[in-house]
Amino acid sequence: MGTYSTNEFKGGLKVMLDGDPCSIVDNEFVKPGKGQAFNRVKLRNLKTGRVWERTFRSGESLESADVMDRDMEYLYNDGEFFHFMEPETFEQHQADAKAVGDAAKWLKEQDICVVTLYNGAPLAVTPPNHVILEITDTDPGVRGDTAQGGTKPATLATGAVVKVPLFLEIGETIKVDTRTGEYLGRAKED
Amino acid sequence: MPETSSWQPTASLENLRRRATLLADIRRFFAERQVLEMEVPILSRRATSDPHIDSIIADCSGAPAFLATSPEFGLKRLLAAGIGDCYYLGKAFRNGEAGGRHNPEFTMLEWYRVGWDDHRLMIEVGEFLSWVLKISHVRSYSYRALFLQHLDVDPHRASFEELKAVLARVLEISFEPAGRDECLDLLMSHHIEPAMGEGITLVYDFPASQAALARVEDDELGVPVARRFEAYVGGLELANGYWELTDAPEQLRRFEADQRYREDNDKSVNPFEERLVQALEAGMPNCAGVALGVDRLLMLACGAARIDEVIAFPIARA
Repeated sequence: MGTYSTNEFKGGLKVMLDGDPCSIVDNEFVKPGKGQAFNRVKLRNLKTGRVWERTFRSGESLESADVMDRDMEYLYNDGEFFHFMEPETFEQHQADAKAVGDAAKWLKEQDICVVTLYNGAPLAVTPPNHVILEITDTDPGVRGDTAQGGTKPATLATGAVVKVPLFLEIGETIKVDTRTGEYLGRAKED
Repeated sequence: MPETSSWQPTASLENLRRRATLLADIRRFFAERQVLEMEVPILSRRATSDPHIDSIIADCSGAPAFLATSPEFGLKRLLAAGIGDCYYLGKAFRNGEAGGRHNPEFTMLEWYRVGWDDHRLMIEVGEFLSWVLKISHVRSYSYRALFLQHLDVDPHRASFEELKAVLARVLEISFEPAGRDECLDLLMSHHIEPAMGEGITLVYDFPASQAALARVEDDELGVPVARRFEAYVGGLELANGYWELTDAPEQLRRFEADQRYREDNDKSVNPFEERLVQALEAGMPNCAGVALGVDRLLMLACGAARIDEVIAFPIARA
């Protein structure tokens, strides 16, 4: 593995810090007029999601982290592991609940997700920005209320609960933004 | 940044027009005070010896020449020759300094006042900044007072161990500090500067170990301090001034100590300016001098967050 010097640090670079893979968020060069130069760096720990602030001497280096993002198809959950497949090589990976985290509530079979691999094993899963899911539970719809703007909670096939307009019924499919959990619209029937 | 737009300036035309006005205002300020504009070499056969500043090396007629990191040596030789109050407004270069507040090529204003000490010059720096930035609030603190106020520690008397303990309390660093000065630099730049707040802040009486080319004298508590000051606006470091060292043997000792430090720390060791030592031997008048970053001053005048917003073509597009 290579190393990166502080002057190569930039947002998105993956490095090892204190034994954990991190993604650099921000790198500020700090130099008192007559003093020595430092780099004040913000890093996101990819295992815990916590953002760290750490100061380095300019010119120090960090080892690069063997971290890569891959597009993979979500296959199924066997009760313990979530299974993903690389669409081109058909290579399969299993991720535990810790790696999947909050993404679990958006995972629908056959959707393409971004799986972050660390030393070849899944470290994190990012669902597609937009998913189409069926409503499995909600209060009965209110007809003729399309313009009113009121909302009610609806449970989706994957277990996520989102706020939807009052007129929607159980069995309808909707499009949701996974980054905000926001209802975007009815999905087209097909 | 997409390739197709990289011909364009990163600064807005409005900020570039403000730069032109600022340069004209600076020249007017000094003309009214009978301080003379001087040109000195940007390309020199001698380099800075400053332990923490690196020169950019060029090739001139087959031999190395160095881009000036400040106009200081040239202006001091002119002072020794009898030019009187003078200033330089132009480019200076520092290798490896790039970031939100740094560009390796930048505009520097440096001026000297004959017969003045650091405290008299601080007053003028305050007047200059108030006038350019239309800020009336000027405060001044000794370096010690700032450390006592923000960190409850005396920067001149605290031991290395004590400073390391203070540092561990306020900051996460990736390395073991090498000495007291590194601790002080970290505390100043990471903790005190960001907490300075609005208005103009002048800080004086720096640690004797950070004297650079300033005189060292005892302060009111009998502790030797560097007669050096810095000016900050809203926590942004703008200017660094000295009651200038005029003692030739002491100047030579400091050059030699710098060169040793550079050698011990695997930094490039270049010919130092022995002609400054000669000028001091011949007799440089008692004077105070200050260097000020014009790009940063412009950032403040324009309300810019990054230096790229006030430089037409920063290094990435130069």
